[in-house]
This record gives sequence, structure tokens and C-alpha cells, in this order.
Amino acid sequence: MAKLKCAWFDFTCCEGCQVELTNYGEPFLTLMEFIEPVEFREIMTEKTTEKIDIAFIEGSFSRESDRKRLEEIRSRANIVIAYGSCAVTGGINALKNHQNMNDYKEIVYGKDKDMPHLDSQLAKPISAAIKVDFEIPGCPIDKDEFLRIVSQVIHGSTPTLPKYPVCVECKLRETVCRYDEGDYCLGVIAKAGCNSPCPAHGIPCEACRGFCDEPNQEALVELLKERGPYGKRWAEEKSRMFTANLRKDAK
Amino acid sequence: MGRRKIKDVHSQSKEGCQMKNINIDVHHLTRVEGHGNIVVNIKEGTIERCEWQIPEAPRFFEAMIKGRHYSEIQRIVSRICGICAVGHTLASLKATENALGVTISEQSTILRRILKHAENFDSHILHIYFLVAPDLLGVKSVFPLVETHKDVVKIALRLKRLGHEWGSILAGRTTHPTKCIPGGWSMIPTEKELKQLKQKIIDSVSDVEETLKVLISVAPNIPDFTRKTEYIGLIDDYEYGLYDGMIGSLTPDGNINKYNVSDYRSITNEWVSPLSTAKYTKHFMDSYMVGALARININYDRLHSKAKETAEAIGFKTLCFNPYMNSIAQFIECVHSAYITIGYIDQLLNIGVNTEEKPTKPTKFGRGFGSTEVPRGILFHEYEYDEEGFCKGGNCVIPTNQNHANIQKDFEKIVPELIKADKNEDQIELTLSMLVRAYDPCISCSAHYLDVVFKK
Repeated sequence: MAKLKCAWFDFTCCEGCQVELTNYGEPFLTLMEFIEPVEFREIMTEKTTEKIDIAFIEGSFSRESDRKRLEEIRSRANIVIAYGSCAVTGGINALKNHQNMNDYKEIVYGKDKDMPHLDSQLAKPISAAIKVDFEIPGCPIDKDEFLRIVSQVIHGSTPTLPKYPVCVECKLRETVCRYDEGDYCLGVIAKAGCNSPCPAHGIPCEACRGFCDEPNQEALVELLKERGPYGKRWAEEKSRMFTANLRKDAK
Repeated sequence: MGRRKIKDVHSQSKEGCQMKNINIDVHHLTRVEGHGNIVVNIKEGTIERCEWQIPEAPRFFEAMIKGRHYSEIQRIVSRICGICAVGHTLASLKATENALGVTISEQSTILRRILKHAENFDSHILHIYFLVAPDLLGVKSVFPLVETHKDVVKIALRLKRLGHEWGSILAGRTTHPTKCIPGGWSMIPTEKELKQLKQKIIDSVSDVEETLKVLISVAPNIPDFTRKTEYIGLIDDYEYGLYDGMIGSLTPDGNINKYNVSDYRSITNEWVSPLSTAKYTKHFMDSYMVGALARININYDRLHSKAKETAEAIGFKTLCFNPYMNSIAQFIECVHSAYITIGYIDQLLNIGVNTEEKPTKPTKFGRGFGSTEVPRGILFHEYEYDEEGFCKGGNCVIPTNQNHANIQKDFEKIVPELIKADKNEDQIELTLSMLVRAYDPCISCSAHYLDVVFKK
């Protein structure tokens, strides 16, 4: 089997998901038997304008000026995989979307806020600009899930993601519910597939992978008001952290 | 993307020296974290433009943290940077705990110190092997080395994985750690886990020694360039300045001044440049440098004896004014972090690990400051909380921001030197790219800084 030509591209993000890919240790060399990296700016100087088999895109679409570059990647990629929450849902970048843009530009840059290079718009997923074939959610991605999905693509099967919430995985791991510890948790509406590391580490699930299928957003707010520790205003705002673009009030 | 136009036209001047026209336009420099451009235009030997530009997309983290509860802040700001996630988490926690009147336990502090060393080791290995080594070995990335230097690549992958596991045993994971929370830790590692970590570090000694040999063999390829500048880094009475301490300033005359972390604005003096979505900083001089080289210049005496032996083996001497030596300084720090961590683990095992320890609760809500060294240099966080614990505003000054002006000043000194030495366009471009890489810039960090508006 010929090696698949793979290229990595990053937009508005922290580049932490690509860092995760450096953490495999020696098994990384096994992956290299199946793929040939042809472009990866953070670790390669080599670049290509040729056709590519798989384009991995990290980061949000947050500047209209990035649309052309995304379309160019799409035009020469056989398969586009958005990986990491920023690329899949807009991720944490979308946490600012509900605020007035002029306000936050002024907060950050003061009197210089209108300089043209500071242009920014709503943070959106990559799929808001181009067609995306597969998605690998998570902030950061789970590197084992990345391997599974890439392996399925390499071998011609269709990767799927769980439709059920993170709560299911906590039950399977026998993790004590955060609510029983006096904490809150968004696991009730969060897309599973990560094997719920956060509650197992003693912190709430923040739904970094987005919502599960048919999330009951109203019930979440009621649950947070009733059993969450920080009050009504917080309960209503809570799920913006990673799912601002999936909420019913998304811009 | 990439180099858009390259011309290299030579013509002879009347004096006989070469009067060059050079146009370097590196759009989105590779093998750095984030997006930066190098632009140099030389017309008939006269430099018209010589710029280090930062076009990274701004992300506006201050808008994200406003109105969020204190328990969420470190998880949000960790997402400023995937490589310095631990450092942002720790600086954020220190600032929040300062604002909340929280003092964490000795055990929690030692665990955070170990975590800080894990990040330093992890990030430095990534930088040395994946970003810098290809230049010194004359290739464009680590991938050709899989064929030509497979053993070296295996060492790199093993050491990178060690750094990741080292941090993960403590913090759950290294990219956006889970277990670090205000007041301490959500979970404390067991004695068994700490013993396993100690053994992993001991087992890696041969890989570290091999790395030293590789670096000694490529050291002659490190450009010989010096520019006297100011260095800023933490000075800690407890150990080598990394997790904690006062702000130290070292000037080329060897004088050291110390400042409180709460006075960080008098050090950074940020200003907006039209070249950059990230701000620039200056203190005593036009620019200053932060990072491993700054730390070693300031704190050499506090390095572990094994790290000093490493420095001597490579021929590294302080004060060192060659920014390219930052990568060597990083490796010396890796050795320090490995041995110091073993010492901390022994200390914890001697005291006995209390896995039942609960996080300390807030005693007040107000404004607080926190600073820690991330791999690329000193980092400052500041927040203010209302009486219910919700964030009113924050500020964050990133190391790479503090280095941008210093990189620009280095460009302005080195480009005339390279022209005088009759280097061609490709050589100048490579030398400038290597200079930027030596700083290990974390550009997505630097354009993602928060800034303050404290609304009364």
C-alpha cells in the first residue's frame, strides 16, 4: 500500500492538539509506515502545492481573510479531517462570540483597536468555511482516538463518534458523580468518546468535545441551578466555555 | 504560503565590495509555534526593511474570562498555549490564589515545582530535537532523520514521551492539565506513582547523555553572534528560578536588580507595534531577553552540579550574549530538571505523601498577581475577582511578547554583519530563521495575551 500523503494546517488555536501527536513515543514510527507527512509548518520546512490525501486542520475559522486559504486546502485534499475542538465546534475561541466585538477589541488593544491587522470576527468551526469529511473532537484531542480514526480512514472504513453522553463512560469507569461531590459537571450533555478523564481526575467535565446527540440544554440549566454551586447567572452562562456555537443562543 | 519571491542580484560597487539587492520574505516561518514573518529588503547594500512580524490571529482571552468563576479561569487560560499549558495553568493559579488569600501546602508546592520541571523538560526536548536540530544537521525537518539518524529520532521520541508522562503522572495530562486547581490539587499522586516516575527519569540518563554527545557534535554549526542585552527572569531563594521567586533584571555590566511580582508592569512597559498583533516590551534598555539563556545567566550558581558539568562539557560560559545559545541553555536546564525532580521525589517520600489532602479554601476576593517561568521565559498573570468569585478582568504578559523587540534588535545588528561577511540571500534567510527559532517563540501565546481593564 502506498503511503498516504498527509498535511497539517493550523488556524486560530493553541496548537496543543499537534503537540499531543508528539507524545506517542516510538510507536509514532509505526504510524510513519502508513503516512508520509508532506507539510506540517510547526515541525517541517518542507511544503507542497501538490494534491494531498488527507488534510488535518486544527483551529477555528475566525477571520474572513482565512477563507481563501481554507478553500485552497480543500481543493487539493482528498479528505479533510478537522481535529481538536477549535476546528470542530469553534471551541474555546467561541466563548467570546456573545460579547460585542468592539468592546473586547478595546479591552485588549485600547486606542489601537482599529489597526487593520487586529481584525477578528466570530470564531466558527472549519465546517463553516469548507466541507469537512471527518471530525476528531476534544480539547486537546485524545491521541488514541486520533490513531483509531486515522487508522479507519487509511483502511477505508468510516469512523464514527459516540452519540451518548460522557456520563455513560463515568458509570463504566465507576467514577463517583461530581454532583455527589458537591461539584457541577456538564457530562450529562457532553459527547462521549474520551473515556471521561476529567471527572476521574476530580474535576468537572466541561463538554470540550461538544454536545451528545439531542442534548437537553434546558434541563442542564435547571440541573446547574438546582445542584450546581455558583448560582443562577453562572448556571445560564456555564455551557459557553466549549459549546458556545452549539447553544440555542449561538450567533 | 512559503517564500513568495526570491531574488539575489549581485552588482559590484565602485569600491569593489558587493552591493547587493536582497529580498527575503518568509511568510509563516516554519518550525516555530505560531505564525511569524521575516521581511528583509536590501537595495544596493542599504537596508530598507528588516522586520520580524507577528500576524497571528488575535484570540481575545480577556473577553473569555470576564464574568467566569475563579474555579474555571486556569482551565480557560491554559488554552492560550498548547505547549506552555502547564505554565499558564500555574501562573494563573498563583494569581488567583493571591487574589483569594490562599496559601497552598508544602506538599502541593513541591508537586507544582516538579510539574514545572516536567513542562520545562518536555518543551525543551521538543524544541531542541524537532525544531532546532534539523538546522544543525542540515535538513528541513525531523522526518528525513528517520532514515539517516534513526537512533537519534528514537531518543527524541522517548525523551518527549518521558516529559509527557512526567507531567501527566502529576497533572493528569500536559496539554491542558486537569488536576491543578485553585488551592492545590484535585488528586495527589501516590507514592507508587512517584517511585515509578523517579525510575523513568533514572532510566532516561543514557538518552540524556547521548543527547549531550549529539549537541557537542553539532555545536560548531551554532552561529557566532553576540549582542549585549538585558536579561529578565525569576530569582528564587529556594532553587534555580523557575516555579517561583522575585523578578530579576541582569544588565550587561553584571548588575542584578530584584522586583516584586506585583510590580511587573514597571518591567514590561508594553507598547503596540504596527508589525505585530502581540505587544512589545522594554525595561532598562531598548529590549530585553527572557527564556533559558536569561535564566541561566541570572541563576547559574543555583544549577544542579550535573547541569553545571553539562555546561562545562559543551563549553557554555556565563554571561553568554549569544541568543543562538538559548537552545544549549535549554538542554542544560533539562539536565537540571531531571536531577532536581529526583531530589523532590525523595523529599516527598521521606515526608510521606498525603493523598487525602484537600485544596485550601478562599479567604477573600480581590486582585492578585502570579508569575512563573515557562520554557520560553517569564510569564505574568493578574486577575481581579468580585465578592462572589467571578472574574472582573485580567492581564497576562507572555514571554514571547517580551522577546519580540529583542529579536528585532538582533535582526538590526546581525543583518549588516551578514552583508559585510558577503553572505547570500539563502544564507541570510537561514541565519535569521535560526535566530528566531533559537528564541523558541510561542507566537500563538503572544498574540493571545489578555489585557486589563479593571472596571471599578
